[in-house]
Amino acid sequence: MSDETRTTPAAQNLAIEAIGISRSFGGVEALTGAALTASFGEVHALVGENGAGKSTLIKIIGGTVKPDAGSVVIDGEDVTASGPRTARRLGVGTVFQELTLFPWLTVAENLFVGREPRGPARLIQRRKLPQRAAEVLERFEVNGINPRSLAGSLPLAQRQMVEITAAFMREPRILLLDEPTSALAEREVEWLFGLVRRLRDNGACVLFTSHRWGEVGSLADRITVLRNGRHVATERQFTEHEAVTLMTGRTIDRMYPDRPALPEAESEVALSAEGLEGDVLHGVSFELKRGEILGIGGLAGQGQPELFLSLFGARKLTRGQISIGGKRAKLRSPADAIKRGLAIALVPEDRKTEGLMLPMSVKDNLTLAVLDKISQAGVIRRRQELSLVGGVAERLQIKTRNAGLQAVGTLSGGNQQKVLIGRWLLVEPDVLLLFDITRGVDVGTKHDIYELVVNLAAEGKALLYYSSETEEIAQLCHRVLVMREGRVISELSGAEASAEGLVAAALREGDR
Amino acid sequence: MSDMPRGTATLSPFSGWRHSLAQNMSFLLSFVILAGLTLLYIGLFHGQLNAYPGTFEWTSVVNTAVPTVLVAVGQTIVVITRGIDLSVGGVIDVSNALAATHMKDSLASMVGWSLAILALGAVFGAINGILVAYGRLQPILVTLATLAILQGLAIWILPEPGGLIPPSYSNTLASTQGPWSLCFIALVAVAWLVLRRMTIGVRIFAIGNDESAARAHGIPVRRVKVIAFALSGLLAAASGLFLAASTTGGDAAAGDVYILTSIAAVVLGGISFYGGRGSALGSIAGAFVLTILTNVLFFAGINPLYQSFFQGVFLVIAVFLGVILGRLVKAST
Repeated sequence: MSDETRTTPAAQNLAIEAIGISRSFGGVEALTGAALTASFGEVHALVGENGAGKSTLIKIIGGTVKPDAGSVVIDGEDVTASGPRTARRLGVGTVFQELTLFPWLTVAENLFVGREPRGPARLIQRRKLPQRAAEVLERFEVNGINPRSLAGSLPLAQRQMVEITAAFMREPRILLLDEPTSALAEREVEWLFGLVRRLRDNGACVLFTSHRWGEVGSLADRITVLRNGRHVATERQFTEHEAVTLMTGRTIDRMYPDRPALPEAESEVALSAEGLEGDVLHGVSFELKRGEILGIGGLAGQGQPELFLSLFGARKLTRGQISIGGKRAKLRSPADAIKRGLAIALVPEDRKTEGLMLPMSVKDNLTLAVLDKISQAGVIRRRQELSLVGGVAERLQIKTRNAGLQAVGTLSGGNQQKVLIGRWLLVEPDVLLLFDITRGVDVGTKHDIYELVVNLAAEGKALLYYSSETEEIAQLCHRVLVMREGRVISELSGAEASAEGLVAAALREGDR
Repeated sequence: MSDMPRGTATLSPFSGWRHSLAQNMSFLLSFVILAGLTLLYIGLFHGQLNAYPGTFEWTSVVNTAVPTVLVAVGQTIVVITRGIDLSVGGVIDVSNALAATHMKDSLASMVGWSLAILALGAVFGAINGILVAYGRLQPILVTLATLAILQGLAIWILPEPGGLIPPSYSNTLASTQGPWSLCFIALVAVAWLVLRRMTIGVRIFAIGNDESAARAHGIPVRRVKVIAFALSGLLAAASGLFLAASTTGGDAAAGDVYILTSIAAVVLGGISFYGGRGSALGSIAGAFVLTILTNVLFFAGINPLYQSFFQGVFLVIAVFLGVILGRLVKAST
């Protein structure tokens, strides 16, 4: 707080001034006297670990959550006690982390909610909506989205783009972006950054959060760090190392652990796919050896989730062959896949709604996939269950007060993700399909997960790894298959498989 | 917005109907079922009586359908907000009982009581809405309780079936000379289309889609819920009035059957109980399907005792068909 005065521009230029903000949810303090000031004409980044209170602070500024204590002043007006409508009137636009599109309304209807074109008697001109929406999408250079599609039917990245477009088309003077890039691939991130810079150059204030340090560094004019609901520092620039130390309160020397040695040429093939065809996949073939981390790269939405789900028996293949441990396997359901030693840790696109049973306990969530193994005549053997749960909670450093009682929904995001991974470790699989397991996770947890991944490979497990962050794939994987439109268009390894190399390969047209 | 380039962006012409077909599948299906069932009815009628249904038959069908249509449209609005209104049966009971005991054969009395009963229905609905929105209670619990209260109230007003509806009221609202009451159905259909183009219409759909997102958009969620329930109460009262007119008398339990038929009509109309999508036009078709189904079963010579059995089987098949067709169309787009 003390060096605020140094960096704060002239007072009349202040867009957001939040002071002494506290807020707790059900006895858990999300914010404890947090503070933030941002001015017009700047891009301000808000960083911190999961549970540091970033989202809550953004919601308080946007008026959807009211603080227990403190004051929020927007453009000179005290809005502490007012709601989202006042914020809108003052020109505050928000893109929330949990998407706020209406799934059963069309893209066009979503874009124009609250500002529909009106005709006689102020009635909404529904017929005009798709055309008007198409014009808006074109103006914002969003391609390939049909305005008549239901928002809920779009892939996550496109939904996010619609949400962002909806915020920008309202020409906000203050724009709050909570994790706007978590679902976007590199190229779409560039698109967003272009919009943000243009808005800033027009004098608006943009406040955004991100877990990707590269983005924070390249976009932000100033950075505020939160830790445990408190303001830690605000500076024009931090090194990544400084920022990580400030965010975690511990020193992490290196983000990525060393890759384990390449598996020997003759080491056993754990999983092989030959000519996989589905409604999205076209002739995907590869071999994955024990001890190997095979990356799946490419732009978002090029068939990567479909590949993972097909390999796990959760999606139909029309042709092609999967072999596990050298034996042909016909996978009709995830249950088949699990029986054959496959496991998938898939962080679903909406972490909140799929994958974890939020009201159930940590223990119940962990043992969900192994209930058969640990029960006798349908009755769960408690002792075995507890020792399994204890073991995996320790290995993954899941921070829980009481695994048997605490509901997963009350854990922080990073710990929820660990539970999702832990569930599949208990299956003791030979092959692990890891799909974007670090998405939306803070640096500390990311670091833990990277170490886990590398250790699993060193133990001889075969890992298929996808991440929306190219850097991760480059740092962790032995080899990378780059996908485009459901096909594998190239295979990179060694020096070629750098982050730059992967992006270039993803953008290059196929070799055919 | 005025500086927006016009007419430069193009929409592929073919995507339009494909999309609207996929999105309105279950709604269209209700009309297909209605058409099929109507043909079946005509066929069976012809087979039994060697004649085609005439003015009398169609008038009777329409007059039987109107109360279901009215209550089903109200139910639709609540279901789209992701709620349910069981109390409609009670509102019909009370409206029906009040009309049968208080309405006199004078224009002033008929108009006055009609308006008063409609207003009362809206108030009952609003009370449901207030309990749901401000009391944060589940719609099914709230309306189950208010249903029981209203049923009790109706019995107190009209302890046993009887009373009298002025004949001129009956003849005006539910004429047996021709299907004139179709104009009430046209009226609610037009009102629905207007509602869809009003801010409140967008808001009703929005909160059914995602309540917290709606709140984030600055939509006054609680107020919208109260309005949705009030509209349902209003339409249920209208249904009770029409029922009194067409049966020319009152029955404090007359509305009870409409609790389930209104829900069945909504289901047949392709409206999702998860909220946020559907069209009242579908429920109107659904209400007609249920009415004609009764006639079809009658002419098919099915023992009235087993009617509900066949109605149930029909309902399951119709809903199942809707789901399957929906998937097929979705897969093809």
